[in-house]
Amino acid sequence: MAFEDQRTTIYKVDPEHPESETLPALRTEELLLNMGPQHPSTHGVLKVIMELEGERVVKSTPVMGYLHRGVEKLAEDGTYHQFIPHTDRLDYVCAMYNNFAYCRAVEKLLDLKVPDRAEYLRTIVAEVQRIIGHLFWLSAQALDIGAMTVFFYCFRDREILLDWFDELCGARLTTSWYRIGGVERDLTPSLISKLKAFLDYFPPKIDEYQVFLEKNRIWLARTKGIAVISAEDAVNFGLSGPTLRGSGVDYDLRKYEPYSAYPKCEFSVPVGKNGDTYDRYWIRMMELYESVKIIKQCLEQMQEGPVMAEVPSVTFPPKQRVFTNLESMIQQFKLFSQGFKAPPGEIYCGTEAHKGELGFYIVSTGGGKPYRLKIRAPSFIHMGAFDHMARGYMISDACTIFGTYDIVMGECDR
Amino acid sequence: MHQLAKRIQESFTSGFVGASEWRGDVAVTVTRDKVHDIAEFLRDDPGMDFDYIVHVSSVDWPDDEERFEVVWEFYSIRKRHRLRLKTRVPESDCVVDSLTDLWKGADFMEREVYDMMGIRFRNHPDLRRILLPDDFAEGYPLRKDFPLRGKGWRDTFEFLDERS
Repeated sequence: MAFEDQRTTIYKVDPEHPESETLPALRTEELLLNMGPQHPSTHGVLKVIMELEGERVVKSTPVMGYLHRGVEKLAEDGTYHQFIPHTDRLDYVCAMYNNFAYCRAVEKLLDLKVPDRAEYLRTIVAEVQRIIGHLFWLSAQALDIGAMTVFFYCFRDREILLDWFDELCGARLTTSWYRIGGVERDLTPSLISKLKAFLDYFPPKIDEYQVFLEKNRIWLARTKGIAVISAEDAVNFGLSGPTLRGSGVDYDLRKYEPYSAYPKCEFSVPVGKNGDTYDRYWIRMMELYESVKIIKQCLEQMQEGPVMAEVPSVTFPPKQRVFTNLESMIQQFKLFSQGFKAPPGEIYCGTEAHKGELGFYIVSTGGGKPYRLKIRAPSFIHMGAFDHMARGYMISDACTIFGTYDIVMGECDR
Repeated sequence: MHQLAKRIQESFTSGFVGASEWRGDVAVTVTRDKVHDIAEFLRDDPGMDFDYIVHVSSVDWPDDEERFEVVWEFYSIRKRHRLRLKTRVPESDCVVDSLTDLWKGADFMEREVYDMMGIRFRNHPDLRRILLPDDFAEGYPLRKDFPLRGKGWRDTFEFLDERS
């Protein structure tokens, strides 16, 4: 009886047309859902306004900028050297890559040649950073999808490398180890032996992660055929890195515009076929093996030598000399107080970071500060394709799509 | 002159302003009204084949008559060459054609340029601020006349007054 009453109040039977007492057609309407700010798996503070039809995404509008700090404006107020610590805070998970990309851009502006050993060290540390980045990505993505175990295993190995960074430069995340014209210091024998030990230890661990995931039905169901983007669309949207290579486009700046010690190393660039989340996962796993290969080759080929270019007007003198030699002290003082003057002109320099193409566009008018510095952040550009990739998928896949970009909001919002 | 710049000059004699090559980067300056035509040519011409948009940026030159410079950087994945396209926009009429119909990736990049420098893009599907809040009323922060510390609202916080 109670049920009958309830039904009549909800459906309001029209007394003049008793036949309408049968269930009327269900009213449908699109639901607008605010996802975020700060959904746990959005990898930072981000909001997405989703238009939903049931649980399917019809349209999504990312709302960004919660982490905007005006880095490009700050760059215009400091010397070229002073901007290096700012780059740490772009992609705070992988600071080394930002340092690397920025230093390369300034070196292109100055037409500065970096010593051979420094190039090898840069490549080694960049690839170590790539391993850290991919491990972080894998753990976060697996956690988003619900596979928690992988998270602990990845962080166990990431921790070894972060401690290695700690020994290298005194910081685990905000490293600032790269310098314009070289690197801050050489690897010590202890660091080299630790790295070699890690390289022997690590490849079997990659197989281990794959065991967790590649036979896991939930993982496969939630990555295969999810967030598919065709090669044409991926290129048209300006995607880069594993996100682009997953769609079958063989675009890697390390091969296309070789820099640092990459042309001297043999490695392959894994390319996917289907453009789905699983292919992008597979590419990152394969890149872990390739990174190990690159680091091993660099360690073998590396010769003794200076780790910093000797251009007194630009590069810092070695610390020992600052305390004993008057010229070096003056050089140090002038570089710290005034910086160096870059020739007028403009350059763009892109570097293949583990997320994609991280580029710096620098305009110089001949002063000691950049006149304009623009950061081409892969996370930001990947977010541009979010709406396109999320359409037609379920709400729960939205987390997968954020994850598949390897998005870090510090870089996205700058 | 680089051969890519020469091709553009031959195809668009009226829109071509100048070209430069520095540190291996080729930059072509064009007039504002021809930007869309030239961009379309860059994308569709088989010799150019610029299928990839790298970034959209802008530079403020307050002393110049045409104050803003809009910069596009293109890359061709098949041909493996790079080109920078530039145009000048006066402050009084801060509008340039949007390239979102040619490269979908230009959508967010142009929104960022609008947000930071106040340059509007004609025919852009959704030209709103992207990094700053929608109700940000202090202007465009990357312009050179925008102070580094903001326009003074930080000094209006009450806890700062108490200290003095």
